[in-house]
Amino acid sequence: MRTEKDLELVALTKRYGDSLAVDSINHVFPAGGYVCLLGPSGCGKSSTLRMIAGHESVTEGSIVLEGAEIAHLPPARRGTAMMFQSYALFPHLSVEENVAFSLKMKGVDKATRLGRARELLELVDMTKFAGRLPAQLSGGQQQRVALARALITKPRVLLLDEPLSALDPFLRVRMRAELKKLQRELGILFIHVTHGQDEALALADQVVLMNVGRIEQAGTARDVFDAPRTEFVARFMGGHNIVGRPGERYAVRSDRVRLDRSAASGLRARVSGIEYQGASVHVALACPGEGELTAVLPDRDFFAAPLDPEAAVGVTWDPADQHRLGA
Amino acid sequence: MQAERKSETLTGWLLAAPLTLVLLFFLILPIAMIFVVSFWGATEFSIYPAFQFDNYQFLFSSPVTYQVFAKTFMYAGVTWACTLVIGFAVAHFLAFHVRSLTWQIALFLLCTIPFWTSNIIRMISWIPFLGRNGIANSTLMELGIIREPLEWLLYSDFAVILAFVHLYTLFMVVPIFNTMMRIDRSLIEAARDNGASGFQILTNVIIPLTKPGIMIGSIFVVTLVMGDFVTVRIMSGSQSANVGRLISNDIGLLQYPSAAATAMVLLATVLIMIAIMLRFVNIRKEL
Repeated sequence: MRTEKDLELVALTKRYGDSLAVDSINHVFPAGGYVCLLGPSGCGKSSTLRMIAGHESVTEGSIVLEGAEIAHLPPARRGTAMMFQSYALFPHLSVEENVAFSLKMKGVDKATRLGRARELLELVDMTKFAGRLPAQLSGGQQQRVALARALITKPRVLLLDEPLSALDPFLRVRMRAELKKLQRELGILFIHVTHGQDEALALADQVVLMNVGRIEQAGTARDVFDAPRTEFVARFMGGHNIVGRPGERYAVRSDRVRLDRSAASGLRARVSGIEYQGASVHVALACPGEGELTAVLPDRDFFAAPLDPEAAVGVTWDPADQHRLGA
Repeated sequence: MQAERKSETLTGWLLAAPLTLVLLFFLILPIAMIFVVSFWGATEFSIYPAFQFDNYQFLFSSPVTYQVFAKTFMYAGVTWACTLVIGFAVAHFLAFHVRSLTWQIALFLLCTIPFWTSNIIRMISWIPFLGRNGIANSTLMELGIIREPLEWLLYSDFAVILAFVHLYTLFMVVPIFNTMMRIDRSLIEAARDNGASGFQILTNVIIPLTKPGIMIGSIFVVTLVMGDFVTVRIMSGSQSANVGRLISNDIGLLQYPSAAATAMVLLATVLIMIAIMLRFVNIRKEL
């Protein structure tokens, strides 16, 4: 799977004084992929992204893009471009001047650079706003301009720092789809930092889940969700029940749990809450010895034989659906 | 409902009244008085109410007026340029190079130390430094850089401008620093990400975004220098005159109508200058 165009992190470390933000991580980002760096706040995902971008110095380790070490290069010479969380559009420049900014810095003449800016604005469907100031745009429009500005440098890697967090939920879903579409069209590597696991699952070819400065698990979105390697991953991704004894714990997806209404088989449990979610019903279960478990049932199955609160049930699952968790 | 709205209107008026009255009595009324007096007549020993344009006619026909106004503009222009360069540099250092807030506050307070004494004291303290046998001259002579004491250090335009710059640079630092602190730091990273060099960041991002602060500082400095008379008198050793001194001399000679006319012309000049400055930059979002 490795190609010469990959982005590779080698023992990448970031220290702020005594505290370790990124703890010697190694990872290969496949060229042309959509990778989400996922994790709770303070896990080191943003520091990692900012080190790749060149806005944070590397304490130790190296960053290799297409076979060349880039950790010591200034941001603009790395072949990366960054899209900032708040978009960081220049408030005093019009949309097209914002997009053409990097060309202006290179000394490209006005007609050429504005022409290029128009092409990029066309790509993100913002041509008719070319003359506006950023403050006159909505959040989603600002994001498109920020994208166009980042892409005008023809980067090989686009770094997105929580790009959707400033948008309202409805717009977030729409922009998410647009990002994915754009990435497919451009065929360059997108590294997208987020703390939302739903965002990562929806977008990423590859999810890199980080915790306290380390990579907890990396793999396709399906792998990470379906077969969490550690308890942290299972809890962070959500939708899992964690069962077993200390030292031998398993994750079982909530939607793979079956309920035996006769309470004759499986773990004995009591229904402690029922939440209707539309397509599914979440049944909270109090299970002596295991604590709280959740079963997600398709609405049709649930309403075929509704459960009462406090009902006694048996909790079972297919042994193939349980995944042993590491420490 | 009706009564409630009425009382709300009344409350509004009452809330606005104190400031309106203060402005009326302490700003509008005095200026109106000066305006009225500027048309009065005067003899060597008395002034009398009249409506005549003699004062203005004399003012505009005298070459002294133009010389003095030219000098005043020169002081304002040079002082403005010096305070702008120094003020911008200091503000830039405080805002972008000093990382910790504690240090920022400490250094900022350091800038204000000269303001703990009065204007006049600060000016007078230059005299022993700049004088013929002052510290500056004797040091330069000891170092062998000059043989004769420099005469232009004190009681000269140089001394006047030096004192102005000393007195008013802080008025430039404060608004520029304030505007700079509001610049989103990610904009600077974004500029760097787009390949801007340090100098390009300064000219393409920081200066355009600091314009409102620069303009507010400029208004402070220009109005203060245009209206000053003490600094010019002390630092030039009464050898130079600006418009403020013209007015103060008239008042000393009890020529109130003439002083009033000069004051009106000065006021109009400064207002026109501010109006021009405001045309260039929108400072509204800073207020």
